[in-house]
Amino acid sequence: MRRASSPMSAAPRNPSNVPAILLQGEPGSLDGRALRSRRGLRRFVRRHPTICLGAGIIAVMIGLALAAPLFAGDALSMDPSRRLQAPSAALWFGTDNLGRDVFARTVFGARVSLLVGFSVAIGAVLGGLIIGLVAGYSRRFDGAVMRVMDGLMAMPSILLAIALVSLTHGGVGVVIVAIVVPEVPRAVRLVRSVVLGAREQPYVEAAVAGGARTGTILVRHILPSTIAPLVVQATYVCANAILTEAGLSFLGAGIPPEIPSWGNMISSSRLFLGIAPWTVFAPGICLTVVVLAVNLLGDGMRDLLDPRLARKF
Amino acid sequence: MNSAVPVLAVEALEKRFAVRRGFFRRGIAEVHAVNGVSFTVAQGETLCIVGESGCGKSTLGKLVLRLIEPSGGRILVEGQDVTRLDAAAMRPWRRRVQMVFQDPYASLNPRLSAEKIVVEPVGNFRHLGRAERRERAAQLLARVGLRSDALDRFPFEFSGGQRQRLAIARALSLQPALIVADEPVSALDVSVQAQVLNLLLDLQEEYGLAYLFISHDLGVVEHVAHRIAVMYLGRIVELATRDALFAAPTHPYSEALLAAAPIPDPRIPRLAASVQGEVPSPIDPPAGCAFHPRCPLAVARCRSEIPALAPLPDGSLVACHVRAPTSASAGCCPARPRSSAAEAAL
Repeated sequence: MRRASSPMSAAPRNPSNVPAILLQGEPGSLDGRALRSRRGLRRFVRRHPTICLGAGIIAVMIGLALAAPLFAGDALSMDPSRRLQAPSAALWFGTDNLGRDVFARTVFGARVSLLVGFSVAIGAVLGGLIIGLVAGYSRRFDGAVMRVMDGLMAMPSILLAIALVSLTHGGVGVVIVAIVVPEVPRAVRLVRSVVLGAREQPYVEAAVAGGARTGTILVRHILPSTIAPLVVQATYVCANAILTEAGLSFLGAGIPPEIPSWGNMISSSRLFLGIAPWTVFAPGICLTVVVLAVNLLGDGMRDLLDPRLARKF
Repeated sequence: MNSAVPVLAVEALEKRFAVRRGFFRRGIAEVHAVNGVSFTVAQGETLCIVGESGCGKSTLGKLVLRLIEPSGGRILVEGQDVTRLDAAAMRPWRRRVQMVFQDPYASLNPRLSAEKIVVEPVGNFRHLGRAERRERAAQLLARVGLRSDALDRFPFEFSGGQRQRLAIARALSLQPALIVADEPVSALDVSVQAQVLNLLLDLQEEYGLAYLFISHDLGVVEHVAHRIAVMYLGRIVELATRDALFAAPTHPYSEALLAAAPIPDPRIPRLAASVQGEVPSPIDPPAGCAFHPRCPLAVARCRSEIPALAPLPDGSLVACHVRAPTSASAGCCPARPRSSAAEAAL
């Protein structure tokens, strides 16, 4: 049975049809170190076009929203004499049913919509991550935490928002909290299911056998597998939050309707879709572009975190 | 073998799993996966655990590392009882006992590079600088026959045998006294199996490692074992030296197990299979000796009384009313005589 051992250190099998030369990537090519130099930045863009495109679109949107007072004009003043005007050189996106400038409202609307969308996505994902890791990894808290989450999930965000707004003075912060609270349990469930699967992986057992502390195991071995599904969830939550905010302001439970957000622009103009489609399309297309950008960023992040894909570019 | 304190001593170890069903997750039954198992492993020794699938051998391996909490019995690592230690008190003892898992595709974190994988256990006990970590990892890889340019590769870039070498390097990194190897080669190609086994034997010679080697492959076991424990439905039915067991198995189950192993020589006639039927369900094991429904030698006493491990003249332990009768019984047949060579080997 004992045989002379042959050299085991030969080149590894090529895991795909990628030419072998492409697999000889430099060490550390998949982390931020590559960003330090201009050449490195170019290479990062070439390797991760989706991340750069997504992040670029989002950056431009945020930049425009922040700079809105400098160029967008007046989003609030009404002028019934020029209502429902089609887009023209003077009024790029036309006017709505109250004669307000749709371009100005779209640009200012980005402030509320992006703030709500990103805050809710980040809040729901972070809350879900922390609670989900605890619930998934510790058998002791699992039952109790998940019953509380089920209770929260049963609460409609509209109802919660109305209650919160009538208890407080309202405002964007309250709206964000009202949308985050029912979203957290969904993220918790997602994270927990991933953790339950990852916890049973032999490499987690191996880490325990190697003397790793619980925190190390969670952060190094379990957390990374939750990132990909969470990123996907975050893109969905982000888009959904922008629309939920619209529903809330439509009901008068959110931001006052005269302050533009993409959501309340769409919901208040939908009656005029047939005769003045630009009133819906302008904020609608912006919303679509943001969701697309968030998705591109999410996809890119997922690939960045997968060593298998990181080597192929 | 060394006469000092055994690296590992297991006393009456037990593990019961509750079988839960229905809405309220009521425990409707228990599986006695490991039932009153005792053995010791001395420094530099290889104890093999063999048995069919489902006999509890993998559970036993995980119990030794307390990856599963035992339901009863004691585990002593170098004389220290670690059975009831909490996680923090257990950590120093984790350095002494390491594990190599069956599936090298699942036991390595796919997101970590080879360098990070092999030195991770060291990093759990003291801080490693970047340069030191790299140097340690390169030494470990060299020791298991991997080139240092593998340091920055990820598990998916290695073959099965290379991955198992990585897993062995990781187990070695803490300089343990004992490595629990749970079917370390059964997921590998036959040509690679021998290389990995030889590596394990070389490491044993070099570092005086003890192995608790779990396997169902008798060819592998014959190659690596000093002593062998045969398990059936959670119990050890025979514990003997390799030479004694392969020369003349005493327990009828060991006999059947050896007879069932293929012999790579067509001229040697196969022994007639002496065992029929399936392994009984561990949820509802047969009364008395668990092997009696399949045993060609079963007598009335086997159906009612569980046989205890009894020493034979050559020092092996056998749990069988027929072959190794204890004083309470009027033994019907004498224990088989063993060669004196086997006795000397023990």
